Amino acid sequence: MDLRFTPEELAFRDEVRTFFQDNLPESTRIKLHEGRRLAKEDIITWQRILNKKGWAVANWPVEWGGTGWTPVQQYIFQEELQLTPAPQPLGFGVTMVGPVIIAFGSEEQKKRHLPAIANLDVWWCQGFSEPGAGSDLASLRTAAKREGGHYIVNGQKTWTTLAQHADWIFCLVRTDPQAKKQEGISFLLIDMKTPGITVRPIITIEGGHEVNEVFFDDVKVPAENLVGEENKGWDYAKYLLGRERTGIARVGLSKERIRRIRELAAMERAGDKPLIEDERFCEKLAAVEVELKALEMTQLRVVAAERHRTDNKPDPASSILKIKGSEIQQATTELLLEVVGPYAMPYQSERDDDERWNEPPIGPEWAGPIAPTYFNWRKTTIYGGTNEIQKNIIAKAILGL
Amino acid sequence: MDFDLSEEQRLLRESLDRLIGDRYDFEQRKAYGRSPEGWSRELWAQYAELGLLGLPFAESYGGSAGGPVETMIAMEAFGRALALEPYLATVVLGGGLLRHGGNREQCADLIPKIADGSLILAFAHTERHSRYDLHHIETRAVRDGAGWVIEGDKGVVLHGDTADKVIVTARVSGGTRDRNGVGLFIVDAKAAGLSRRGYPTQDGLRAAEISLAQVRVGPEAVLGEPGAALPLVERIADEAIAALCAEAVGAMAVMHEMTVDYLKTRRQFGREIGSFQILQHRAVDMLIALEQARSMAMFATIMAAENDATERRNAVDAAKVQIGRSGKFIGQQAVQLHGGIGMTIEYKVGHYFKRVTMIDTTFGDADYHLRELARRGRSPAAA
Repeated sequence: MDLRFTPEELAFRDEVRTFFQDNLPESTRIKLHEGRRLAKEDIITWQRILNKKGWAVANWPVEWGGTGWTPVQQYIFQEELQLTPAPQPLGFGVTMVGPVIIAFGSEEQKKRHLPAIANLDVWWCQGFSEPGAGSDLASLRTAAKREGGHYIVNGQKTWTTLAQHADWIFCLVRTDPQAKKQEGISFLLIDMKTPGITVRPIITIEGGHEVNEVFFDDVKVPAENLVGEENKGWDYAKYLLGRERTGIARVGLSKERIRRIRELAAMERAGDKPLIEDERFCEKLAAVEVELKALEMTQLRVVAAERHRTDNKPDPASSILKIKGSEIQQATTELLLEVVGPYAMPYQSERDDDERWNEPPIGPEWAGPIAPTYFNWRKTTIYGGTNEIQKNIIAKAILGL
Repeated sequence: MDFDLSEEQRLLRESLDRLIGDRYDFEQRKAYGRSPEGWSRELWAQYAELGLLGLPFAESYGGSAGGPVETMIAMEAFGRALALEPYLATVVLGGGLLRHGGNREQCADLIPKIADGSLILAFAHTERHSRYDLHHIETRAVRDGAGWVIEGDKGVVLHGDTADKVIVTARVSGGTRDRNGVGLFIVDAKAAGLSRRGYPTQDGLRAAEISLAQVRVGPEAVLGEPGAALPLVERIADEAIAALCAEAVGAMAVMHEMTVDYLKTRRQFGREIGSFQILQHRAVDMLIALEQARSMAMFATIMAAENDATERRNAVDAAKVQIGRSGKFIGQQAVQLHGGIGMTIEYKVGHYFKRVTMIDTTFGDADYHLRELARRGRSPAAA
C-alpha cells in the first residue's frame, strides 16, 4: 500500500500541469476561477488545443485518438484540468456518444463522427430526459417510426444541456411501442439542422440559459444514423452511464473552489478580523475539507482498483462518488455564498444575450456569479440520475436489497 | 499509487481472520470478558505465537519489522472481533513510545517481552482536567539525585489495571499547559506509592484510575528527553489514532453487514423490511459513511509515519473527524434499524455501537479534531 504517486506519475503530472499553464487562454482560466460562464468559443478553442496535443479524447482507444494512459494517468489528467481550472473536453461527445459509437457504432459512423467529436467540429447534446421520463427514464415516449430508409421522429426531449450550441443530438427513442418499456428503445443520432426540430430555452432558477426543450415534429432521420441494433438502445445507454465512474466526483473542482473560498475569505472582514479567522466559519470549511479528503481517497481507491477489474461491475466504493461528490460541490457553493455576505444580493446577469453584461460590477467585482452558482449547483444532485435514484441503484446492486 | 496489500500482508490478514473466526465469536468474547482480567491470557499467547505482538518492532528485538499497514490490518481484525486484549495499550502505545523514544537498553530489555507476550504496558496520560489536550499535564516529576519523584493522578488509563509497567507523562518544568517541560517515565506497576483502581469500561474493556504519590524512579526510567517529550507523545497519539481508526472501520463494517442482513431477513407487513425504500436509503447512507471512513483510515495509516509533524497531525485530525462522524452515524443507525432487538445486551450490534462510541472519546472526539484543523487554518485538502 503506497498512497503516493510514483516518480513517473509525478513527472506526468508536471508535464500536464505545465502544458495547461502554457496553453490555456488566461481569460478562460479566470472565468472558471471566478465562476463565470464560458462562451461556446472558449470551450471550442480549448478542446482544439487539447486535440492538437493529442489529449482531447484521452479516454478513447488509441486507434481513435486516445492516449493509452493508465487509469492513474487519466485521473491525474482530469484532476489537473479541474485544478487549473480548465474546461473539461465537452462530455456529450467525449465521454458519452463517442464511447457508445466506438463500442456499438458502424465503421462509417466512427469515421464520420469520432474525429469531429475530438476536434469539437461538431457539438453534441444529449436527448434522454422527457417531460414524463426523468428518473423513470425508460418510460420515454419520443417515437421513431421506420419508413423506408428513414425514421420519422416525433416527441419532445427536455433538460437538453447546451442544445442551443449543438449541431447534433443523440437520442433515446421508442422504436417498438409494443415491447416492455426497456426493450423498445433505440439509440439514434440526429442532425439538429433537420427540418422539424425546434429548440426552446429553459431558464433555470439563477437566470441562466443552460438547458432547453427540444421538440421533434415529423423529423426525418436516415436509418444509417441508428447506433447498433434497433431496440437495443437501453443497453447502450446503460453502458454510457456506467462508464464514467470516477470523473463524476469532481474532486479537483471542489479543491479549486476551496482555494477560492480561502482566497476570498481572507479578503472579507468579519468584525475586527478577516472571515478566514472566524472560528465558526473555519470549522465549517474544515468539515467540508475532511469530507473532500475522504472522497479523494475513495476516488483513488477506485482508480487504483481499475487495473484489477475483470468484470464490468462497479467497485462498491465508486457508488458513493456521485452522491458524495455532488454534495460536496454544493457545500462549497454554500460556503462561497456565506463569504460574499450582503453582496450576494445584487442580481448581475451574465447571460450572453443580456445587454448589462458589460456594466461595471456592483459591490466586490467577484461577487456577481456567487449566488447564481449556488442556485445553479442544486442541479448536481438531480442530474445524471438523482442522488435518490443513485441510492436505489446501490441498494439493489451492491447491498442486494 | 496502490492500495493493494503485499503477499505477506494478505497472509497476515488471513491468519487473523482464521483466528478470530475460531476464537472470537460473541459467546467466546463474553467468556473472556468475565475472566478476572477482562481479557484472555490464552489468546494473548496465541497473538504472540502468530507474531502479532511483535509486528511493529525490529527483528533484533524479536519483532517482524512491520509498518503501519500491518498494524492497520491487525486493528481492523480486532475491530471486527471486538477484541478485549490490551493490544492498543501494550503494542501500539507502550511499544510505540519505546520504539520511537526508548534508548538501546530500554528497548533491548522491554520490547522482546512485549513480543513474547510476557509484558503488558499501559500509557498513563489523561488527567481529570486535560480532556484531549496532550500538553495539559499537572502530574509533576521532580529530580531526586540521579532519579525522579513523581506525584499526580492519571485517569482512564486503558488496561492500566493489568499493566506490568505504566508509562507516565509528568511535567518536569513549566506550567500545566506549557508545551515544553513534558517528561515520560517508565514506572513499575508495583512501585511504592502507585495505586490503581481498575474498572470495566462502557464497551467491555478495562481501564484504571492511577495515583502516583511520591513515586520514586531511577534514571533508567526516563524515556526520551525529560522536558522535551511532547513531540514523542504527539507522535504516538497519532499512531494510536490511526490504529483506532482501523479498529473502528472493522467494527463499522460488521455493523453494516449485520444491518443489511437483518433488513433481508426481518419480515413485517408481509414482506422483508429491506424492501422499504426509506430503510434501503439508510443502509446506503451507512455504506457511504463506512467507505469514507475506510478511506480515511488508510490515509491516516500512511500519514502516521510522516515525519513532518504538521502534515501528520492534519491528516490524523481529519481521519479522526471522519471516523467519529461515521462511527456515530453507523452505530446509531445500526441500532435503529434493528429495532428492539438492537437495544438488547444479548445482541451483538449494540456492543459494536458502544465500542465505536468510546473510540470517539479516545485521543480526541470528532469536534475536538475539527477544531484543531480549523485552528491550524489549513488541512490536508488545502495542501
